[in-house]
Amino acid sequence: MKNCNFKLLVWRQKGPQEPGKMVAYTVNDISPDMSFLEMMDLLNEDLIKKGEDPIAIDSDCREGICGTCGLVIQGLAHGSKQKTCTCQIYMRDFKDGETITVEPFRSSAFPIIKDLVVNRSALDRIISKGGYVANNIGGAPDANAMPISKETAELALDASSCIGCGACVAACPNSSAALFTGAKISQYAHLPQGSPDRKKRVLEMAQQMDKEGFGNCSNHGECEAVCPQGIKISHIAKMRREFFKASLL
Amino acid sequence: MSEKTSTWILWTTIGRKVLLALSGLALFFFLIFHLLGNFTLFVKDPGIFNQYAYTLERMGFILYVMEGLLILTFLVHILDAIFVTLENRKARSSSYYKEGNAGKPSRKSLSSKTMIYTGLLVFAFVVFHVKMFKYGAHYVAQNSNIRDLHRLVVECFKTDYIVISYCIAMILLGLHLRHAFFSAFQSLGIAHPKYTPYIEKLGILFAIAIAGGFLSIPVWIYFH
Repeated sequence: MKNCNFKLLVWRQKGPQEPGKMVAYTVNDISPDMSFLEMMDLLNEDLIKKGEDPIAIDSDCREGICGTCGLVIQGLAHGSKQKTCTCQIYMRDFKDGETITVEPFRSSAFPIIKDLVVNRSALDRIISKGGYVANNIGGAPDANAMPISKETAELALDASSCIGCGACVAACPNSSAALFTGAKISQYAHLPQGSPDRKKRVLEMAQQMDKEGFGNCSNHGECEAVCPQGIKISHIAKMRREFFKASLL
Repeated sequence: MSEKTSTWILWTTIGRKVLLALSGLALFFFLIFHLLGNFTLFVKDPGIFNQYAYTLERMGFILYVMEGLLILTFLVHILDAIFVTLENRKARSSSYYKEGNAGKPSRKSLSSKTMIYTGLLVFAFVVFHVKMFKYGAHYVAQNSNIRDLHRLVVECFKTDYIVISYCIAMILLGLHLRHAFFSAFQSLGIAHPKYTPYIEKLGILFAIAIAGGFLSIPVWIYFH
């Protein structure tokens, strides 16, 4: 494949209180094997050379593990490829000459720090309400000393694969954090280690989720489709069942 | 161990959707009974439909209680939905320049995105509908002393604009039900890897059956 040129429409915003707008850029001679973030790096080098302010973006591991990167590309959180993070989007997925929109994860609960970088601390504050899990101290426990069926273990592991990137919030038309919070609650609700604080956990995490100003879940399921880990909305249902049990029983 | 949080559980993001789901399911059951009753309009003898209407009317106090409960359910459903929508708009204060659709497994659709609009329009229709029939012209059937509601229904459904507006309203209702049925179960925490796909399909089937069923009555009368 030959190198390509693209037109970018990027959200620029100087600071949290400043008004932002979409700004057009062109990038030329881009290798199709370049990742989207590498393309953004090139653009930033260009901007620096020209003496302009580079575009602020978040990224860390760049191998789809950490959940730090997060852009809305062509109106989709983490781009159009499912079960990947922004860092795993490659320029070969775009047509030569295509206009690509790049926006931050939008939510009132994710205030924009600068350009495409948002503050996702609201998710950390939900996690911090999760209480404690019970683990015995000492050496490694005997295998199978605590019997957990394979099905249950798989469900808990599915939920625990959440990397907290916030794409679910970005993709939800209501900016609901139900999938994130559901995954965090579900991963412990399936396991005996999570039982000591089980009721307290769901009540407090759900309350914190509301306090942060996330919206209501309308069951659009858009979150499941953009989640880099493919976490299912059945974990939201699990959170709801846990919530009913904790508040009614 | 667990100190209960002071929040009233129904007034949380999870609880509000429970209220919405339960009131919605109640309205769904009402729709089914309403449709089954209305199918008596397909019987050639108008006396059958009039008798059905009279039987309901004769229930007196019980009917008032049921009507009261129905109005209450409507109010809970609508006010809750309006509140939820306003809150959701606040949660997404700045909108995207470009908003895409992530595709399956997402259920986001025209139906799911327009719930508040289809809901409010259907409610506006309900007001218009109740005014038209319950508080419409009071004919008396010739060979009995009961109200000839059948005559009013036929007169109305021979009018172009009424039939057209009924058809539009029923399509909106179908659109509303398409997302509503599955969503209600999900809001109540009912999700199962094996049965949820069937619930989703059943929702589409119900949406078509109920909207189509109601729609068939004015259309059938119009062309007869």
